[in-house]
Amino acid sequence: MRQVTRGTLVIDADRCKGCELCIVACPPRVLTMSRAGNATGYLYPELAPGCTGCTACQQVCPDFVFEVYKYHEPIVSGSDAERMQ
Amino acid sequence: MSIVMTTRPPEAPSNKVASFKPTLLQTEEHHLCPGCGEPVAIRLVLEVIEELGLAQKNVSIIGHGCYGSFIMTMDVDSTLCLHGRAPAVATGLKRMRPDVAVWTLQGDGDMTSEGLAEILHATARGENITCILLNNGVFGDTGGQMTASSVIGQRTKNTLEGRDATYHGHPIVIGDMVAAMPGSAYVARGSVHNAASIAATRRLIRKGFQRQVEKKGLSLVEILTMCPTGWFVPASGGADYMMESLGKTYPLGEIKDISASE
Repeated sequence: MRQVTRGTLVIDADRCKGCELCIVACPPRVLTMSRAGNATGYLYPELAPGCTGCTACQQVCPDFVFEVYKYHEPIVSGSDAERMQ
Repeated sequence: MSIVMTTRPPEAPSNKVASFKPTLLQTEEHHLCPGCGEPVAIRLVLEVIEELGLAQKNVSIIGHGCYGSFIMTMDVDSTLCLHGRAPAVATGLKRMRPDVAVWTLQGDGDMTSEGLAEILHATARGENITCILLNNGVFGDTGGQMTASSVIGQRTKNTLEGRDATYHGHPIVIGDMVAAMPGSAYVARGSVHNAASIAATRRLIRKGFQRQVEKKGLSLVEILTMCPTGWFVPASGGADYMMESLGKTYPLGEIKDISASE
C-alpha cells in the first residue's frame, strides 16, 4: 500500500500515563498503544508510518509527551515507491 | 505494522511544528491523573498569554483544586488565595495595578460551591479581570464529591445513585448567571474533549483576555475538562462521558460578547 509520511513525532514514552486520548484524536489513525509498559508501567502510544504532522495528538495530550516535526519533503513508502524505483 | 522510531528528533530535514510544552511552563512533569483535562486547559491559557505579549505583565490568582499544583511550574506571577475567593483577590490586585493582566484560575467546586458570592460581586462591580473556570462537575482534588455544578444524574462520591434534583437540587449554570449581569463583558464556554474543540477554546480564551485589555469588564471563560478519576470512568472514556453528561447541561459556545453587540 502506498503511504505518504509528511511528519513525525518525538514521544517521551516514560512520561505517558496511558490515557489513550491521542489514539482517537489522530486523524490518519497511525497511533497505536504499545504492548509493553513504560518505566512506570503504563502502555504508551507508538507511531506507524503515515503521520501528517497535524499536531492533534500534541493538542489533546494532558501529559505533554508529544513533539511534532514536519518533513520538508514527504517520505513515500509502499508499492508506488517501489514501482518508481 | 511497522513502528517509526520516536525516541529522538528525525534526521531528515524537518521543522518542529509543536513543542512538548508551552514556553511559560517550566517542566512537563505534573502529578495529575491519566486523562485529566486540566493540563490541556492550562496549556491553552499560557499559550494565549504568550501570544498576546502578556508574559511579563500578568498575575494569576489560583483557587484550590488539582490545578493548584501548576503554581510551582507555571512561569507567571501567581498568588494562591482562600478557597473560592480568587475574584476578590483579583479585584484588589487589578485596582492597584490596572496595567497588569489579572486572571483567575478556578474549578467549579471553587467558583460555584465555595465562592459563588465572589464571582457574582466581582461581576456586579464590573471588574476588569479574566476568570477561567475549569468545570468538571466534581471536587476532583478531594476525590470526586458533588459540586453545585454537577449535572442531574451524575454519579459522584456522595451521589452514588446519580444527582437527584428533588434531593440534591439543580446545578448552578454560572456562565448564564454572569452573562445576565451588566458588569460582564465576555462569557463563553469551551471544552477540551477533542482537538477541534481545543482549537475553538483557545480562541475563546484569547477573546477573554482581549476584553480585559480593552477594559470592557469582567470576562469569564468556562472550560469543560475531563475528570475520569472523579467520574469513575476509564481514562480513555472521559471525553465521551463528558459530552454525554456535562455537555448537555452546558452547551458550548459564546454566551455574551459586549464588543460584538456594539
